[in-house]
Amino acid sequence: MTNLFNYIDRPSPIHRLTGACKLVCLITWSLAAMTSFYTPLLCVLTVAALILFRVARLRLKDISFMVGIMLVYILMNNVLIFLFSPTHGTTLYGTQTVLFRIAGPYVVTAEQLFYHFNVILKNACTIPIVLLFVCTTNPSEFAASLNRIGVSYRVSYAVALALRYIPDIQREFRDISLAQQARGTEMSKKASLVSRLKAASSILIPLILSSMERIETISNAMELRGFGKGKKRTWYSGRRFSKLDLLAMAVCVGLMLLSLALTYFNGGRYYNPFV
Amino acid sequence: MKKFSVKTIVAIGIGAALFFVLGRFVAIPSPVPNTSISVQYGLLAFLSVVYGPVAGALVGFIGHTLIDFSYGWGIWWSWVIASAVFGLLMGLSAKVLKMDEADMGKKGLIKFNLAQVVCHLICWFAVAPVLDVYMMGEPWDKLLAQGLMAGVANAVTTAIVGSLLCVAYAATKTKAGSLTKE
Amino acid sequence: MEKETIISFENFGFQYTAQAEPTLYDINLQIHKGEKILIAGPSGCGKSTLAHCINGLVPNSYPGKTTGALTIGGKNALELGLFGLSKIVGTVLQDSDSQFIGLTVAEDIAFALENDCVPTGEMHQQVERIAELVDVKQVLGHAPHEISGGQKQRVGLGGVMVSDVDVLLFDEPLANLDPATGKQAIVLIDEIQKRTGCAVIIIEHRLEDVLYRPVDRVVLMGDGRIVYDGSPDDLLCQNLLQERGIREPLYVTALKYAGVALTPEMRPSFLPELKLSEDQKAQVFAWFARQPAVKPTPNPEVLLRAEDIDFTYEGGHHALRGINAVIHKGEMLSIVGTNGAGKSTFSKVICGFEKPQSGILELNGQDLGALSIKERADHIGYVMQNPNQMISKTQIYDEVALGLRNRGVPEEEIRPRVEQTLKICGLYPFRNWPVSALSYGQKKRVTIASILVLKPEMILLDEPTAGQDLKHYTEIMDFLSELNRQGVTVVLITHDMHLMLEYTPRAIVFHAGKVIADMSAAQVLNSPEIVEAAHLKETSLYHLAGLCGISDPEEFTRRFIARDREVRV
Repeated sequence: MTNLFNYIDRPSPIHRLTGACKLVCLITWSLAAMTSFYTPLLCVLTVAALILFRVARLRLKDISFMVGIMLVYILMNNVLIFLFSPTHGTTLYGTQTVLFRIAGPYVVTAEQLFYHFNVILKNACTIPIVLLFVCTTNPSEFAASLNRIGVSYRVSYAVALALRYIPDIQREFRDISLAQQARGTEMSKKASLVSRLKAASSILIPLILSSMERIETISNAMELRGFGKGKKRTWYSGRRFSKLDLLAMAVCVGLMLLSLALTYFNGGRYYNPFV
Repeated sequence: MKKFSVKTIVAIGIGAALFFVLGRFVAIPSPVPNTSISVQYGLLAFLSVVYGPVAGALVGFIGHTLIDFSYGWGIWWSWVIASAVFGLLMGLSAKVLKMDEADMGKKGLIKFNLAQVVCHLICWFAVAPVLDVYMMGEPWDKLLAQGLMAGVANAVTTAIVGSLLCVAYAATKTKAGSLTKE
Repeated sequence: MEKETIISFENFGFQYTAQAEPTLYDINLQIHKGEKILIAGPSGCGKSTLAHCINGLVPNSYPGKTTGALTIGGKNALELGLFGLSKIVGTVLQDSDSQFIGLTVAEDIAFALENDCVPTGEMHQQVERIAELVDVKQVLGHAPHEISGGQKQRVGLGGVMVSDVDVLLFDEPLANLDPATGKQAIVLIDEIQKRTGCAVIIIEHRLEDVLYRPVDRVVLMGDGRIVYDGSPDDLLCQNLLQERGIREPLYVTALKYAGVALTPEMRPSFLPELKLSEDQKAQVFAWFARQPAVKPTPNPEVLLRAEDIDFTYEGGHHALRGINAVIHKGEMLSIVGTNGAGKSTFSKVICGFEKPQSGILELNGQDLGALSIKERADHIGYVMQNPNQMISKTQIYDEVALGLRNRGVPEEEIRPRVEQTLKICGLYPFRNWPVSALSYGQKKRVTIASILVLKPEMILLDEPTAGQDLKHYTEIMDFLSELNRQGVTVVLITHDMHLMLEYTPRAIVFHAGKVIADMSAAQVLNSPEIVEAAHLKETSLYHLAGLCGISDPEEFTRRFIARDREVRV
């Protein structure tokens, strides 16, 4: 399929893990990283994520586009945080160690920098795992995996349908948009915002209404081949869990429990080096 | 939970694919440099009214997750969930306000737009920031400012794109029987 | 011995819940195991509804009231329901993109097995077996947009055969295929039937193309009733097809024009076995000699000139390789070729949707290179295949006015121009209607009107008649010819050989990114090498001319077309 999701087919232990296992790992790992502000754990997760990246035999140039976006995103996010709340760190950690002053309320404190460090760490330990999942999981396995971890097969199949029809809709969008431009529809900066949105609608309306007509044909095609008759279904791309799968899931679930434990039993959510 | 009809499943799948394509490839230049306005929430509001709250929630959830996947900037669960909640709330308000997608007169459009503004407010001013504060420990001020930008932009696009979609869709439901040649 | 009946309609009738009148009346039809049946009829005759009754979409997805009895595989169809019927009847839909549900070929073939909870290992074996049968084994891991239209249809067939059905039902299998691929599809269906012994039901209005391989029976429908049920040979000896608006095989029409009295013994339904006596051949020859010669049209001035156009898509696909072509003022022209031959890319380059890496494009001697999409549209109008993808306004008037409004034309000038265009297009009486109230053909006209209103010198139409029956086809094409007579240059991108022959004196043939022929349509179809390379299909008139000892099949074709148009108008 068109490589929207940047699936890279390359033999590696990570590629061999089943999609369902990777999905469980992705969810538990994200939860672990999301709940925790325990800096040592975040450091461990970040290092581990980078090691896994090597194990999956992904190269930086495979994902340079995504890494670029990611870095810009992290930078913007931190700038925004600092602009709006330059003293957030001080509030969190309860002390104020001024390093230097910029102007007005903008003071650089060690606490704030440490807080930013934590935010970056949180991003740094989740984003590689998402990339890892996307790059090493065949989209064909998405739906089977969702069903495997307990999502109803109907909803799982909706995900498969979305993946199936994205390229078609993308192509239709391009064709419709060109034909509308020929008729003079303009979305460039010359027009006002409202007229730009109206112009966009003149492309979206035929796209969406003709897609809706398609819904009926596709659901007929599916029912004619027996979709929806049983309580269960099997999957062509479904795979059995291997020992490695079970191990990987156990480790990730363990990490999540550890993170939760640290959050609830370590006297507050934030690891505080300042007191 | 009641079983979805196959048609609803397909609608969720195609809806999510549309949400993805609009969110990922349709960028309208905005007045703020280097930012663009996304139009997918107009679509989401419309689909939620037509196919109901659960379908709306799933379209938002699946579509938004896929967008995040394809950019590789991680999955921002708080915003993904906010998208899902928006679909859910729009679908619910369509039921509560008895919106009839096949007959979108002035009254229908007022209801639609009241509902969408309130739903956007809840999602980007309450749901997304609250989740972010908890999950990412980010400061309120920043989140509210972000929510304000997102909420206003989304409400404006929904008001225009969503309303036009509703009107166009309602028009397809007109029967030829009531018409005469002139 | 009487063969076992697999489908039996007895005094069957059906009325959709939303409609005031029944769609099917008094249907009595028996279909036996291993039979091959063609169901033909004009749009709206009820043939699709009949098919939906057989596969269970009626009444499960399209509710309504049935009368009489429908027995399939010995059981009441209503009791079997959609899922029960799916075990007996496999349906391949017309729209192969909607039929193809899986992310890859293998997953799509496996779809029905997945729903039957077949274990994964066993499923892989069955998919292999079926893939071999329909010859898609090399592309099992491919996504739908990576394979050709013909392969897509093979996958569609595989996806229903995997359930070991007794009946294969094809809903307009030829609609989206180029002529040669359509021919292959008919051969494949024939082979599969012989190998599996399934009953095959083909719903199609392109009779001649289906008859490329023999069928056992033809069922002709009209106004919700069966008007003919019998051998194809008998049917072709009568005039029922014309009366019902279905196109006869061309050679049959030609024989009738020549005054040859057809009998079933002559085997008129299967061209390779058609038997003509020496007298009859002489009759055809004499008719040919009597018809006035067709004058070639004078060479008018050049409107558009393309020189050495080269274009490569971003992904590296080299779509156009040194294209040289000329379009004359006021002509009506076909651009033909397989999917991916470059004809669509060429039209996109003309409209400015894609920028060629090298080459010159001139309109009236002026370079088009610097003009934007919008500016070119003032000279060259582009009409998409599916009108639903073009129409963005709810009112006809607004839709047609859109291009003018976008160009900032004052409203008082817009009104007369829109109204005049609506009159030309025969849409004036509907000007205050919502677009949704129109038929497909009328919507097509709206899209043409919305382009014409900009007064382009040339309009470019992508597959203007795809999926239309003879009546609507004639309607759209006569309308375009009329526009052409009024001076608009009309360029058609098409798969339809007959359209090319009948309406466009000249054809440009694309193959693998190059122009391989630029000659009269009749010449193209009478050149076996070009026909072969460009996946076209030679017309049956060519064969008939040979059979009757006519040495100039091109001229025979031209004279036939000229005569046929007189008769039909």
